[in-house]
Amino acid sequence: MIPLSHYLVLAALLFCLSVAGIFINRKNLIVLLMCIELMLLAVNINFVAFAHFHHDLAGQIFVFFILAVAAAESAIGLAILVVLFRNRRSINVDDIGVLKG
Amino acid sequence: MAAYCIAIVMAPLLGALIAGLFGRQIGRAGAHTVTIGGVAISTVLSLLVFKQIVIDGGPVYNETWYEWARIGSLPLSLGFLIDRLSATMMAVVSFVSLMVHIYTIGYMHDDPGYQRFFSYIALFTFSMLMLVMSNNFLQLFFGWEAVGLVSYLLIGFWFRKPTAIYASLKAFLANRVGDFGFLLGIALVLMYFGTLDYREVFANAQNVAGASITVWHGQPWAVVTLICLLLFVGAMGKSAQMPLHVWLPDSMEGPTPISALIHAATMVTAGIFMVARMSPLFELSDTALNVVMSIGALTAFLMGLLGLVQNDIKRVIAYSTLSQLGYMTVALGASAYSVAIFHLVTHAFFKALLFLAAGSVIIGLHHEQDMRHMGGLYKYMPITWVTSLIGSLALMGFPGLAGFYSKDAIIEAVHSSTLPAAHWAYLAVLFGVFFTALYSFRLFFMVFHGAERLEPHARKHLHESPAVVTVPLVLLALPSVVAGYFMAPTVFSGDFFGGAIVVNESHDAAHRIAEDFHGSGAMLLHGLTAAPTWLAFAGVAVAWLLYLQRPQWPALLARRLSWPYRLLLNKYGFDGFNEVVFAGGARVSGQVLWRAGDRGLIDGLAVNGSARAIGWLAQQVRRVQSGYLYHYAFVMILGMLLLLGYFVHGIGR
Amino acid sequence: MELGIFYALAALVLFAGTMVITVQNPVHAVLFLVLAFFGTAGLWLLLEAEFLAIALVLVYVGAVMVLFLFVVMMLDINLVPLREGFARYLPFGAAVALALASVMGFILGPRYFGLAQFPPPAPLPADHSNTTELGRLLYTYYLYPFEVAAVILLVAIIAAIALTQRARRQTKAGRPEWQVGVRRQDRVRLLSLPAEKPAKEGGA
Repeated sequence: MIPLSHYLVLAALLFCLSVAGIFINRKNLIVLLMCIELMLLAVNINFVAFAHFHHDLAGQIFVFFILAVAAAESAIGLAILVVLFRNRRSINVDDIGVLKG
Repeated sequence: MAAYCIAIVMAPLLGALIAGLFGRQIGRAGAHTVTIGGVAISTVLSLLVFKQIVIDGGPVYNETWYEWARIGSLPLSLGFLIDRLSATMMAVVSFVSLMVHIYTIGYMHDDPGYQRFFSYIALFTFSMLMLVMSNNFLQLFFGWEAVGLVSYLLIGFWFRKPTAIYASLKAFLANRVGDFGFLLGIALVLMYFGTLDYREVFANAQNVAGASITVWHGQPWAVVTLICLLLFVGAMGKSAQMPLHVWLPDSMEGPTPISALIHAATMVTAGIFMVARMSPLFELSDTALNVVMSIGALTAFLMGLLGLVQNDIKRVIAYSTLSQLGYMTVALGASAYSVAIFHLVTHAFFKALLFLAAGSVIIGLHHEQDMRHMGGLYKYMPITWVTSLIGSLALMGFPGLAGFYSKDAIIEAVHSSTLPAAHWAYLAVLFGVFFTALYSFRLFFMVFHGAERLEPHARKHLHESPAVVTVPLVLLALPSVVAGYFMAPTVFSGDFFGGAIVVNESHDAAHRIAEDFHGSGAMLLHGLTAAPTWLAFAGVAVAWLLYLQRPQWPALLARRLSWPYRLLLNKYGFDGFNEVVFAGGARVSGQVLWRAGDRGLIDGLAVNGSARAIGWLAQQVRRVQSGYLYHYAFVMILGMLLLLGYFVHGIGR
Repeated sequence: MELGIFYALAALVLFAGTMVITVQNPVHAVLFLVLAFFGTAGLWLLLEAEFLAIALVLVYVGAVMVLFLFVVMMLDINLVPLREGFARYLPFGAAVALALASVMGFILGPRYFGLAQFPPPAPLPADHSNTTELGRLLYTYYLYPFEVAAVILLVAIIAAIALTQRARRQTKAGRPEWQVGVRRQDRVRLLSLPAEKPAKEGGA
């Protein structure tokens, strides 16, 4: 049988991967957004694992909603990216820091 | 009696208020009328009270009228104690004040602050009366402070003169030092007696006699000694004993009437009065009496010497006052309280007379005060000349005049005192008589006789002063002549002041005098052969020699004896010391505190410093707000790490 | 047996995740993310969450990742400068991730979440429908959040459109349906003006 800790550790590792990805990818806004998706994925794994081991479907319901919200968020994020690219011709995070005081 | 008290105290106060507040509306005549009216009422009633209590031997009046505050269980009340001591003081104060009021009409005739002056001197009369009529320490202190305040106002009356302002401040500050000691003494009284009322304190005096207090380093002091010493510090300030005497010569910056009133007859005698009033306490402490006598003797002798080198007519009389106050203090130290008060009364008359006469000379010469520009005035100002002569004779102790009885009594009292300090105090007061005569006749000869050294414009206006000036002179000359003769028997009967003054058997010098006293005439004849009289005549002779026969000798002597002469000119360095150490020290400490404390610590460190620190902190914190996403993300992760670590740590425990 | 499947899928997911953050071409990154999602779907099947697994593939991969691909391919991205800071930031990111991973691993390890603390549930019968159960919960207890989620999606749509919509260029296109319906009265109007007066005599 697969213990719960395995799933949790997997999710933790995935989460840390995405954090590392955020720190590494300063130049690529798209990869940044994808790392966010990875983070959400890790969280989802956690929820489903717990839902399984607690015999409570509430975890899966929550994943449902996370999916919906993640979709909405990535849509808007990409829309912003597109508009940014139109104006700046670059997806470098450093180049869009124009409001920095 | 209660009605008398109210009237005596309130009449001058009302006069002062009206003249002060409505001076412009009622005009000059209105101002002097209302104040003289008030003081006249006071005088008449005081003399009535004097007759009732002293001459007719009426009962002592001691009533507490009104409790105006209560602190815990301590009532602060308004009350009056009219016994023989206060009745005598009241009579003297109000009479001299009335004379001065009348005199002022002439003296301050041209002054723009006419109404203000009258208001002040009436206010002074009120304060002094409150002081002498009080029946508890707090009211005494109220009067004490009030006379100090009015003295300040009056010395600085011509407030545009910088020297006057300096002098008024000096007077106030020196008095303040004395008042501080006085207040400590009152506090001790409160601490050990639990009450501020005279009657209760004096009744319990014996009980506290044995108590002792540790002041510092495990040295126990007798409480009564400490109380008396502290109270005497107050007397030193008010009655200008050394070293708090420095303000009195400078107080001559004020107009002459107040020099007469305040700094000769009344305010400066408040200290003497206070010690006499506290006789039940002082009698319990030999140490305090020794101190009193020593300081009095020092003052009497050393101040007399200073009168020899002054050129301002008022300063000579000022130093004379200082010296005579020393005499009174010596008498107090010898437990001859009644003799001290007697000298106080006679001195009030002839010293006020001398001051007013000096004022008459000053206005006659159109405000000339330097004796080197006077001389030969006897032809032009006869009344002033005669009254000055009487005053000077009374001062030096010419047999038969008022000063003779009181001064000789003092010398006798010191002679028969058994205190350790009495030995050299006797020498001091004895030789002081010589110098007293010397300086007073130096003044007399320089002003009224000899060659005329007048300034031309003064010479033009020279004439005798108007009646408002000369009448008070005459009225003061009369008691100067006869008061001694008639008062001596009653004073020396040993029980003049009755229960007001308490004297221990061992100290009772006054009683010994009473035993030796066989009537005024006898004393007069005895005095003709006594040492003081001869010393006084010797002083007159020397003055005559130096200032009439050989006027060039004083300058020669000054050159020969240059070191003592300079010492005297510098007033023994007291003023210099005060200016450098106290005034300079205060200024320097003020500067240091301003620069280091105010600007450096408070402004720089606390106020600006805290602002700067916040600014600096804000700068540092600002760097956190980089606006850079990755910094934020990093901080978030870091925080999460820390939180997790904390929980891990907690769970793993 | 199951454990082996788990390890295989887990390795796949981790590999894909690593590739997402390290690969150069963003299109490749998106594709690796899709791979990660597939692996995760497999894991969820192991956890008896069938509906979610399929939903992940259908919705997430099918819609969101496709959207990502659209955007990536549409933008003309200059790839070269993107890799510049990679080596510089790698140790830093790796350190942070490592620290985080170790701390999390310590807690989430078998000590607290092992088989003893969380016994595996009994396997569900074959005809048990995860979808039905989900639906039962969703449309009764969680109806309100469901509606809210729908509104959120609506808002996302509107927002995305509002953000990216460009103002129409000035075009000179005509409107023939309107041109045909023009009448003479709309174009021509006859005015009658009086004849000009001659100039006055003597005017100069």
